[in-house]
Amino acid sequence: MILDIVITGLISGSVYALLAIGFSVIFGVARIVNIAHTAFYMLAAYCIFFVTQKLGFHTLLGMLVAFVAVTLVGLLAYKLFIDPIREHEGAVLIGTIALAIAMQEFMLLWFTGDYVSVPSLIKGYFAVSGVKVFYQQLLTFGMVLIVLFALWVLLMKTRLGLAIRATAEDREVANLMGMNDSRVAMTAMGVSVGLAAITGAVIAPLTILTPFMWMHPLIMMMAVVVLGGMGSIKGSFAGAYILGFAESLVVFLIPQGAFLKGSVALSIMILVLLIRPEGLFGISFEEER
Amino acid sequence: MGLLWFYIRKWYRVVKNEVLVLPSRVVLVLFVLTLLGLPLLTQDAYVLRILILTSIFAILAASWDLLSGYTGQMNFGHALFFGVGAYTAALLNLHVHIPPWGSIPLGGLAAVLAGLVIGIPCLRLRGTYLALTTLAFPIILLGIIFALPGITGGELGVSGLARLSNSRIMDYYITVVLMLILCSIMWKITDSNTGIIFHAIREDELAVRAAGINTTRYKLMAFSLSGFFAGVSGGLYAHFMRIAGPSTLEVSMSFTVVIWAIFGGIVTIYGPVGAVFILFPLLEFFRFWPEYRTLMFAGVVLLILLYMPEGLLPWIRDKIEVECPRCKIRNIATRKTCRICTASLD
Repeated sequence: MILDIVITGLISGSVYALLAIGFSVIFGVARIVNIAHTAFYMLAAYCIFFVTQKLGFHTLLGMLVAFVAVTLVGLLAYKLFIDPIREHEGAVLIGTIALAIAMQEFMLLWFTGDYVSVPSLIKGYFAVSGVKVFYQQLLTFGMVLIVLFALWVLLMKTRLGLAIRATAEDREVANLMGMNDSRVAMTAMGVSVGLAAITGAVIAPLTILTPFMWMHPLIMMMAVVVLGGMGSIKGSFAGAYILGFAESLVVFLIPQGAFLKGSVALSIMILVLLIRPEGLFGISFEEER
Repeated sequence: MGLLWFYIRKWYRVVKNEVLVLPSRVVLVLFVLTLLGLPLLTQDAYVLRILILTSIFAILAASWDLLSGYTGQMNFGHALFFGVGAYTAALLNLHVHIPPWGSIPLGGLAAVLAGLVIGIPCLRLRGTYLALTTLAFPIILLGIIFALPGITGGELGVSGLARLSNSRIMDYYITVVLMLILCSIMWKITDSNTGIIFHAIREDELAVRAAGINTTRYKLMAFSLSGFFAGVSGGLYAHFMRIAGPSTLEVSMSFTVVIWAIFGGIVTIYGPVGAVFILFPLLEFFRFWPEYRTLMFAGVVLLILLYMPEGLLPWIRDKIEVECPRCKIRNIATRKTCRICTASLD
């Protein structure tokens, strides 16, 4: 029981952490609330399904193809639909919603609404006191840690990361310092969608794919971002695991828990906001909130 | 006889000097007349049904605009008000046997309470944080509804409600007239002093507070007003469909409201109403290709946004009318000089 809770909490927490960090990267740099973020995650999962089940290649190749293809699709969508209306906050909002719905409908047309699944990268499991721990679960968790570390290096130790952070802090001044604002936004979009694609790739073997699988992670991702404080990677990390564990505790301990998991996690977010409106690790900017 | 003649001439003058001078007013009058006169032309149950649902959703979209457009408090959980209104009306009707004319306003009041409950924690948040937080509330309620199937019917919802009235035409007139009245009230609210304060809160809340206005009170007022109208539309929906189900609280419901309102143009009230009257029947028209329906809906929204990011109706209005640079009175675009102050319109 306890081990079940720990495993489920770790896995869903890791997924939420990756999604939330990707979401905050593009929000911080370009002030774009990308509702379609988790739709890209869904797209990546289906991409793997297509490469492995329909074309018959190995899962690893599927993951690579998913990462590259989804990132390209994301950049294309950004260039075509989001960039021209970037100045209009409301328009961007419903533009990304429409984009997400369009992707969902495409997948619905292409793969129908049937539940499908993807083979895991490494098969098999070992048992710890009667609980099965799949190698795929360990692999997913390890991959998440590696990706998070790589992202930290990218943001903190490279010139590109410096540019991204500078633009996030003050777009106009960064522009005056000679950073190409729209190019930085484009790169940030690439990083953000790439993160969504990786998340989809690592979680695909552990979950069931449907074209509607983006809805629940979207809500939880937004809750994580608000809970942890927007733009704070440390906050997203902590918030994601808090909500992930809250969800798994509710599912395993309360009868009817599967229905209530979202409610309880979101109530925790609202309670934290009542005490600390800027989130756990957020810094309150005067004009931001 | 003389009195009657006086009123006819006065009315004629009003029509000639106030309505016919501006295309937007002509369109509005034609729109109202068409809606009211439509049952004379067709009594097709399907057409009436679509227009009834369109009217109900028009109230909902306009109420979103009243809150999020005017005060700038981005509400991503507008389905909460709709769902609370629908479920309250349904439960009151089913268990306490209150007829629709009583249960629908009570549903609205319940939604006001919901507005206060979510408004108070949200007062400290702004912009995107607020949008993301409000998204959570309908989902919390949805979880509770699924967990208590004994009272709320779980996934099936509460069904078997009383009809709005005995005939489809009567239903049509009730919803359409109610829609026209409620939207006029909302438009009047936004045109009043309160509306000006709402505008000011969106533009610069700090300055409004510095001017000695209690912004907290006005923001809560916006939440409750918007909640009331959305709750009424939820109640209408429940009584017309004769079921209040979980679909009224879903994320897609909240998103659809936002799409309608922004597509039509926010901070106008007429924009969201017009957008619902364009998009909802359009969606019904797309039913000939059922599997492409939602995809085409999303495509239309994306394409129109690329060219009119401010929204469809304000864009059209700017094309057919110009504002006089001197006296700020609107004129038809074909005029060379202002109709009031005769200043040049270029």
